[in-house]
Amino acid sequence: MTSQTLTMFKFILVKLAQLVPTFIGVTIVAFAFIRLLPGDPILLMAGERGISAERYAQLQAQFGFDRPLPVQYWEFLKGLLHGDLGNSLVTHSPVVGEFFSRFPATMELSLFALAFAVIIGLPAGVLAAIRRGKTLDHTVVGISLTGYSMPIFWWGLLLIMFFSGTLGWTPVSGRISFMYFIEPVTGFMTIDTLLAGDWGAFLSALHHLILPAIVLGTIPLAVIARQTRSSMLEVLGEDYVRTARAKGLSSYRVIMVHTLRNALISVVTVIGLQVGLLLAGAILTETIFSWPGIGKWMIDAISRRDYPSVQGGLVLIAFIVMIVNLLVDLAYGVINPRIRH
Amino acid sequence: MKKTLLAAGVAAMMMGATPVMAKTLVYCSEGSPEGFDPAIYTTGTTFDATSETVFNMLVQFKPGTTELEPAIAKSWEVSDDGLSVTFHLRDDIKFQTTDFFTPSRPLNADDVIWSFERQMDKENPYYKLANGNFEYFNAMSMGELIKSIEKVDAHTVKFVLTEPNAPFLANLAMPFAAIHSQEYEQQLIDEGKPQQANQKPIGTGPFQFVAYREDAAIRYQANPDYFRGKQPIDNLVFAITPDAQVRYQKLMAGECQVMPFPNPADVKAMKQNDEIQVLQEPGLNVAYLAYNTQQKPFDQPEVRRALNMAINKQAIIDAVFQGAGEVAKNPIPPTMWSYNDAVKDDPYDPEKAKQMLADAGVKNLKMDIWAMPVQRPYMPNARRAAELMQADLAKVGVDVNIVTYEWGEYLKRASAVDRKGAVILGWTGDNGDPDNFMGTLLSCAGVGGANRSQWCYKPFDDLIQQARTLSDQAERAKLYEKAQVIFKQQAPWDTLAHSTVFMPIRKEVTGYVINPLGLHSFEGVDIQE
Repeated sequence: MTSQTLTMFKFILVKLAQLVPTFIGVTIVAFAFIRLLPGDPILLMAGERGISAERYAQLQAQFGFDRPLPVQYWEFLKGLLHGDLGNSLVTHSPVVGEFFSRFPATMELSLFALAFAVIIGLPAGVLAAIRRGKTLDHTVVGISLTGYSMPIFWWGLLLIMFFSGTLGWTPVSGRISFMYFIEPVTGFMTIDTLLAGDWGAFLSALHHLILPAIVLGTIPLAVIARQTRSSMLEVLGEDYVRTARAKGLSSYRVIMVHTLRNALISVVTVIGLQVGLLLAGAILTETIFSWPGIGKWMIDAISRRDYPSVQGGLVLIAFIVMIVNLLVDLAYGVINPRIRH
Repeated sequence: MKKTLLAAGVAAMMMGATPVMAKTLVYCSEGSPEGFDPAIYTTGTTFDATSETVFNMLVQFKPGTTELEPAIAKSWEVSDDGLSVTFHLRDDIKFQTTDFFTPSRPLNADDVIWSFERQMDKENPYYKLANGNFEYFNAMSMGELIKSIEKVDAHTVKFVLTEPNAPFLANLAMPFAAIHSQEYEQQLIDEGKPQQANQKPIGTGPFQFVAYREDAAIRYQANPDYFRGKQPIDNLVFAITPDAQVRYQKLMAGECQVMPFPNPADVKAMKQNDEIQVLQEPGLNVAYLAYNTQQKPFDQPEVRRALNMAINKQAIIDAVFQGAGEVAKNPIPPTMWSYNDAVKDDPYDPEKAKQMLADAGVKNLKMDIWAMPVQRPYMPNARRAAELMQADLAKVGVDVNIVTYEWGEYLKRASAVDRKGAVILGWTGDNGDPDNFMGTLLSCAGVGGANRSQWCYKPFDDLIQQARTLSDQAERAKLYEKAQVIFKQQAPWDTLAHSTVFMPIRKEVTGYVINPLGLHSFEGVDIQE
């Protein structure tokens, strides 16, 4: 093992060790969050009819709600370590299964949204920085500020009404046309349709991704464009960029190699942070576009006070965000070797 | 629509399908089913996807009404003492043949007995699987009511009851009483996967289950062996679309042909759209304001009536329901049998109300009015309704304080016998039987529970108890009509409203009938091309 791999290995281990306390914190917050919300799942299930005290006690015992909170938490933690997050109070199915059958849909949407945000946001930020103070710069800054402040729900409905309603260019909602019923293999509709060899279904899946990806990607796009711009401006003022220009390098080389590469570090951080934002935004986007992912699933679980689903879902989402952030940390190491030390 | 057809054509060619195009109806449903066993769930969303499509019950509600008609049972008779009901089953009913189950025999008495045993026999594997949580079966007290179920012969089943109970028949038309295939479920038990019955249902209904993609879509196809004949449409798809605005957009774009639960504010625009027709019907529900009749001064009927006369209900219909409702005068909706139209509502008359309060010795009355924190089919905005009442009551010198709690907490606290204040609440019928309203919401047994006015009035209670034991509907109706007169004199509630149900469908859809119980069925529905 070379000393460089060893350093990298140590770096990963330290980062992983740092995750443990965070993770324990997350389990406590997730467990407490749904219980702090007023509302009792059993009463909600009973509705207007009400429930007899006897039946209520019976259900409490069945769900384990009659035990002291620390015991309930301990059971939750124990289950978690065994990969068992309990059963949903509503559907009676295992939470882990429900989560992972929906997660690929959210991930696919988030990846497309992120791709949209990066593909548009990064060049826009670079161009704005190069043309600082010019009309292009003002346009990018203005649009990104608007994008950043856009209420997702309203934006989604607006796009649906215009592109799907008035123009009829895109489907209103859903993940694929009702004509296709693709057997899930990976859970990614774009991949599964290709695996099924159904070209029409693949195009339908892409078609259905356009609007939700734009809606979900709007805020990250704005953030990425602004971050790229300011970080580019900072690097453009550095001595080594002046030196590079003085050496007579082409301006393309100065921008792409000397400036952008160095500016990217903070941009990558911001992109990494978008993952959390994307998952949060997915909750609204999925509700508008009837997208069958975990966002909509969480909303339903919260409104029904489905304790196992909410706490399990929160822990899994937090875990995923933590892993992504870890990967981003590792990516710095690749972009900037100094961070490894 | 043209676009959809074109796309369908292209797709059919690409899939190498036959040129004869299958008729597909897409229903933009409002949510995901919790599962596919209607016995263990209580929401309409789940019933639409199960009992209304895949299953049949012994008896059913005649489409568009709450009257009972034969289904799996071609006829039935009730014994003179009312203690047993014998059902004669059709002998031509087949369970669905799918890629996951092929029945070896037609439906018979064993399937009927099995469908109830799985909800009441603690040793039944399905009872164990659900931990006995058959909420509707329990809520309708079926366990206490059914003494035994006997197989008379292969196509005759006798239910022996512990007491005469007329609503029992209507209960059997409810989704929880769907008839399951014993053969299929026994096969699943033998294979060690009984839970599959809740994922891939087998019934006798007009549509058979094909596939479900969680939170996205459910696909059914017409059951070729259906005992009332194959359906005119070949495929039925539930496109799960939780947002009402998006459902409307999909309906306009032709991505679906039928949608439930429109935003009331959109109905006007929908009615003006050439491609859409809006069906409407009074809902089988009631919204009410329940006084606590055990607390002073609300223990006096004159005080309650005076307060009722101070509240302008028509103004609530106009402002809160935006016209999508009608003023209620009885505790049951006008579409229900035994509705007493001769009952006169106490008129809106603030002057008289003021006088009546003074006569009753009530001065400077302060009271709480509870406003539900959620929207319900019978009440779009309780807060707004409470504010209107507050303003009306202020005019007769009553000082109203509006309170609210989280929904679960609200329901629980509203049940407490020592609760302070009057509660806005409502009810949607389960089975179209008047007992389901008056017996549940106003009986002495309901005090401390679903009887939120904590009202136990013997002359009324005797009538509804007696009506429950009679099997003759005309006799029962007379008793309920009397009970409504007593109810109005005693005024434990201010009956506020019955809301209107809207059902927007595309013009090319024919044969759709609104189900008064709030469910959605597609039997007999067709698409004109």
